[in-house]
Amino acid sequence: MDNILNLLWLLPALPLFGFLVLAIFGSKFSKRGIAFIGVGTVGISALIAIIIGISYLTHTPPGNSYSQTLWTWFNVAGFSPSITFYLDPLSLIFCFVVTFVGFLIHWYSAESMEEGEGYARYFAYMNLFICAMLVLVLADNLLLLYMGWEGVGLCSFLLIGFWYKDDENSAAARKAFIVTRIGDTMMLIGLFLLVKSFGTLNVAAILSGAPAVWTQGSSLAFWGAFLLLGGALGKSAQFPLQVWLPDAMAGPSPVSALIHAATMVTAGVYLIARMHVLYELAPAVQMLIAIIGAVTLIIAGFSALMQNDIKRILAYSTISQIGYMFLALGVGAFSSGVFHFFIHAFFKSLLFLSAGAVILALGDEHDIRKMGGLRKKMPVVFWTFLFGAGALAALPFVTAGFYSKDEIIWYAFASDKGSIWLWLAAFGGSFITSIYTFRMVFHTFFGEQKTEISYVPGNRIKIPLIILGILSLIAGFVELPEWMGHFAPFSKFLNTALPAVSLANVAGSTETILLLINMIFALLGVWIAWRFYKKPQLLSSLQTGAGKRLSNFLFEGWKFDWFYDHVLVRPVVWLSRIDKTDFIEKIYGGVGNLNIWLNKVFGRTENGNIRWYTMGVALGAVITLTIILFL
Amino acid sequence: MVTVSMNTGLLLASILFLIGLVGVLTRRNILFMLMSIEIMLNATGLAFIVAGAHWLQADGQVMFLFILAMAAAEVALGLALILQMHRQHKTLDSNVLNLLKD
Amino acid sequence: MNVIFYITAIIAIIATLLVVTRTNAVHALLYLIVSLLSISVIFFILGAPFIAALEVIVYAGAIMILFVFVVMMLNQGKESLKQEKEWFKIKNWIGPSILSLILLIELIYVFTSVDTPVGNTGIVDTHEISKSLFGPYILGVEMVAMLLMTATVGAFHIGREKKNEYHRFLKKEE
Repeated sequence: MDNILNLLWLLPALPLFGFLVLAIFGSKFSKRGIAFIGVGTVGISALIAIIIGISYLTHTPPGNSYSQTLWTWFNVAGFSPSITFYLDPLSLIFCFVVTFVGFLIHWYSAESMEEGEGYARYFAYMNLFICAMLVLVLADNLLLLYMGWEGVGLCSFLLIGFWYKDDENSAAARKAFIVTRIGDTMMLIGLFLLVKSFGTLNVAAILSGAPAVWTQGSSLAFWGAFLLLGGALGKSAQFPLQVWLPDAMAGPSPVSALIHAATMVTAGVYLIARMHVLYELAPAVQMLIAIIGAVTLIIAGFSALMQNDIKRILAYSTISQIGYMFLALGVGAFSSGVFHFFIHAFFKSLLFLSAGAVILALGDEHDIRKMGGLRKKMPVVFWTFLFGAGALAALPFVTAGFYSKDEIIWYAFASDKGSIWLWLAAFGGSFITSIYTFRMVFHTFFGEQKTEISYVPGNRIKIPLIILGILSLIAGFVELPEWMGHFAPFSKFLNTALPAVSLANVAGSTETILLLINMIFALLGVWIAWRFYKKPQLLSSLQTGAGKRLSNFLFEGWKFDWFYDHVLVRPVVWLSRIDKTDFIEKIYGGVGNLNIWLNKVFGRTENGNIRWYTMGVALGAVITLTIILFL
Repeated sequence: MVTVSMNTGLLLASILFLIGLVGVLTRRNILFMLMSIEIMLNATGLAFIVAGAHWLQADGQVMFLFILAMAAAEVALGLALILQMHRQHKTLDSNVLNLLKD
Repeated sequence: MNVIFYITAIIAIIATLLVVTRTNAVHALLYLIVSLLSISVIFFILGAPFIAALEVIVYAGAIMILFVFVVMMLNQGKESLKQEKEWFKIKNWIGPSILSLILLIELIYVFTSVDTPVGNTGIVDTHEISKSLFGPYILGVEMVAMLLMTATVGAFHIGREKKNEYHRFLKKEE
C-alpha cells in the first residue's frame, strides 16, 4: 500500500506479457486458455487502472502528476529520452478508457472470434495494441509517444488485414497503413523541429519552456504545430487523410470497435490536447484544426447518409464524431473535446459491438437493406444498440451524448475562437447525425425480417453490450452544463492538465435558444428518418438523374478515393512503369545478360569430346611453357 | 657404353612423346587412342632411363619399373572399359562418349 | 658405337609414325611392337640391360598381347576398316601437328639452353636396381603391388557381362 501509483508500469506491461506468451506459445493452448490469457491480462490492467485512478483521486500527488521512470532509453549528444510513464488527469482518463473498454471488447471477442482460425493470433495482436496504446498515452516524452504511435499503427494494419487470405482485406490494411504513414512522417519531421528548438522531447519541459523559445505566431511555432497536426490528421482520419477508415471495416467488428472507434483514432486528439501549449502559440494552426474538424464532420455526415453497409455507416460516423473533437480542440475547449472522447468511446464501441452481434447472428450480412425485424428476436442487442444510437444522435437529457456533444456545439459558437460558421457546421452535422443514425436503427431492427438468424449471441457478447449500454446513458452525468447546476467534476478534474476555454461575450439567453434548437432538431432527425423509412418513395428523386449522381457522390465518400487515385496513385504507377526499362536498368540487366552470353559461349567448349579435351590440355601445356620460358 | 649426350636421348624421347600426342588428338577410334597413350608412356620411360644412365644411378631404372607397372594396370582397365563401351554402344567411335556435355 | 644408337632411334621414330597412321588395328599393333623392340635395344646400349629385358617381356610381351586379344574379341571386321579409312582425313592432322611442332621447338630450346657434358659411360646392372628397390624404394614397391591388385579386381569387375537384374515387382513390366 506504499504507493499504489508505483503499479503504473504494469498497465502496459501486462498486455505486453500477454502478447509475448500468445505469440510464442499461442498454438499450444486451448481456446479457453487463449481467451483466458488474452482477456485476463487486459482485465487485470483495467482493474489496476481503476485502482490507480481511485488512489489518484483520493490522494492527489504533488504537482498533480506522477512520473515513473523505468530506464533511460539512450543518451546521445545530450539528448536522452527515457522510458518514463507520466500520469496526470488527461492520461488517467485515456488509460481508464483504453483498458476498461478494451477489456469489454476483449471479452466480447472471446465469443465472437471463436469460430474461424487464428484465435491466438487475434488476441496476441489485440494485446499488443493495448500495450502500444497505453505506452502512447502514458509517455512522458514525445519519442516514447511516437513509439506507441507506430505500435498502434502496426497493430491496426495487422488487425485490419486479419483475414489476410482475402485480397481485399490486405489491400484495405495496406491503404490504412500508407495513408497514416503520410501523417506519421509529418509528425516525425515535427519531432525533429521540436528537438532542434528545445533540445529535448520531454513533454513537460516543452510545455513549460515553449513560450520562452517560440513567440506567438512565429513561423517556427506554426510549422511545429502544423506538422504535429499532420500526424494527428493521419491517425484520426480527418480531412484530407480520412480515406482509410471506411475501408478499414474489413477487419473484425471488435477490432473496429477498439481501434477505429474508441482508441487509436483518438490518438490524434490526445496528441493535440497534450501539446496544447504549442497550439496556443500558433493560433493559425488552431484555427485550422477547428476548420478541419468542421469540414470533416460535414463530409463524413453526408457520406454516412447514403451508405448501406452497417459498419461503413458507423465508420463515417466515427470520422464525423472525431471531427467534433477536433472542432472542440480548435476553439480552445480542450476538456470538452476530451469529454466527448470519453463518451464517444462508450457509445461508439457499443454500436460497433452490437452491429457485430447482428452481423454474426445473420451469418455475415452487412447490408442494412437486408436486415429487419430483429427488435423482438434479439432484444438485448436491440436495446443496447438503441441506447448507443441515442447517445450518438445526442437525444436530450437521457443520453450521455447529449451532454458532451452539445457542449461542443455551444463552445463552437461561444468561444472567443469560435464563429457562427463553426456553430452552423456543428449544428448541421448533429442534425444529419440524428437522421442517419436512426435510419440505421430502423432498417436494422424494425419492419419485417429479411434474413434468418443463424447464430444466437451468448452471454459473453451480451454482458459487455449491457455494460456499455448503461454507460452510454449515465456517463454524461459527470459533466452537466451550467444551466443544469454547476456539477462539472470532469472538467474540474482536467483543469490541472488542460486550460479552460475562454468565452467570448455572449448573452446567456443565446445559450438557451441554441440548446433548444439542438434538442428540437435532434428529435426532428429521428422523425425524418422514420418518415423516409416508412415511405421510401419519398426518396425516389435520388434514383434518377441529378439525384442519382448526388447520391453516388455521397456514397463514395465525396469521391476522395477517386481523386487520390487519379492525382496521386496513377502518376506514380505510370512513372514507375516507364522507369522500369530506362537505361540504368539496362546496365544492371546488362551484367546479367553478359553472364548469360558468356555462359553460352563457354558452354560450346564443353562438348563431351575426349580429343577436344586433350587438345585443351596440350594447348595449356604449350601456353604455360611459353610463359615460363619466354616471359 | 655409348657416349651419347643426354640431350640427344631426351630429344628422341620428346619426339616419340609428341608423335603419341598427335595420335591421341587425331584418331577417332578408341583403341588407337589407347595405343598412342602407350607410346607416350613409353617415351617418358625412355627419358627416365636416359637420365639414369647419364648419372649412373639406379633411380632412373627404378622409376621406369614403376611406370611399367602403372602402364600395365592402366592398359588392363582401359581395355576392360573399351569392352564395356563396345557392348553398350556397339561401336568404337570416341564421339559417342559425349554425355558429359553442357 | 653411336651409329647403332642413331639407327635404332630412326627405326623407332619411323615405326611410331607408322603406328599412328595405320587404319588396320593389327598392323598398328605390330608396328608398335617393332617400336618397343627398338627402344629396348636403345636401353641395352645405354647400359640398362635389366630394363631392356623387362621392356620386351612386360611391355611388348604382355601389354601388346592384351591389345591383340581385345582386338580379336571385338571382332570388328571389314566395315570397321572402311570406317577407319573414312575417318582418316588429312585436315584433322593439321591442328595437332602444329601444336606438337610448337611444343617440340620449345622442348629443343629447353634442352639446348643447358649444356651438359657427355657423361660417363657404364652399366647400371641388376644388382644396383635390386639394392635400390629393397632399400629406399621399398614403399614404392608395396604400392605398386597394391596398384596391380586394384587393376586386377577392377578389370575383372568392369569387364564383366552384366545381366540387368530387375526387382521382382518390376519384372512383370518387362
